[in-house]
Amino acid sequence: MVTQVTSFSRNGLSDFIVQRVSAYVLAAYTVVVLAFILTAGGMTFDIWRDFFDQTWMQVFTLLALLSTCAHAWIGMWTIGTDYIREHYFGNNANAIRLVYQVGCVLMLACYMIWGIQILWGN
Amino acid sequence: MKNDHRPINVNPSDLFAFAWPISALASITHRIAGVVLFAGIAFGLYALDVSLSSAEGFEALLMKIKSPLGMFVTWGLLSALAYHFVAGIKHLLLDLEVGDTLEGSKFAARTTLLVSAVLIFLAGLWVIQG
Repeated sequence: MVTQVTSFSRNGLSDFIVQRVSAYVLAAYTVVVLAFILTAGGMTFDIWRDFFDQTWMQVFTLLALLSTCAHAWIGMWTIGTDYIREHYFGNNANAIRLVYQVGCVLMLACYMIWGIQILWGN
Repeated sequence: MKNDHRPINVNPSDLFAFAWPISALASITHRIAGVVLFAGIAFGLYALDVSLSSAEGFEALLMKIKSPLGMFVTWGLLSALAYHFVAGIKHLLLDLEVGDTLEGSKFAARTTLLVSAVLIFLAGLWVIQG
């Protein structure tokens, strides 16, 4: 078996499943948040704040954020391995792809930490 | 039989040398929308942060969204989200073996483009009227 050391779970089938489960979570979160905004009528700070102060919404938001990071990593990894190859980038392709991948991971890690701080830091 | 002439790479300069099947167009747009959303998360988190911080922050964010640049960014991100959402559902249906024939994939790609175009138009109206 070929093991991809930089993929999300080092296993293509596992990555496939994580990509699907996170997609379902994100689709549900998108529908819930949009439906809330659209049905609330005139949105105010109090209505908005109370919505995100509920425990289930905080859990759901953190779950969506985790799903975003896993989903985005698998997607960006796929794009990187599709295009950042020797054929297009020459002999430095591996180095360039590694820098790209580290950049993506750091960005997603920042999103994760920022999101936790927004939910429980304020 | 070994065929040494199979193309294994498509160079950017060749991309417009052939006709794009509509399913390829739907697929690459899904990917591009995903990259836009990757960067867009930063805007989403910023908006969530400011809007939940205080009533003043909430009002300030609404003002920013109602500026011309704010409307454009909001509409752009909503459009990427709408497309990625619809094309994602097409993908999840493929997992269930729905639309995995040649005709089925053409129909699914056309439907994806049409439905997302409607959603993107509605998102534009929503942002303008906001």
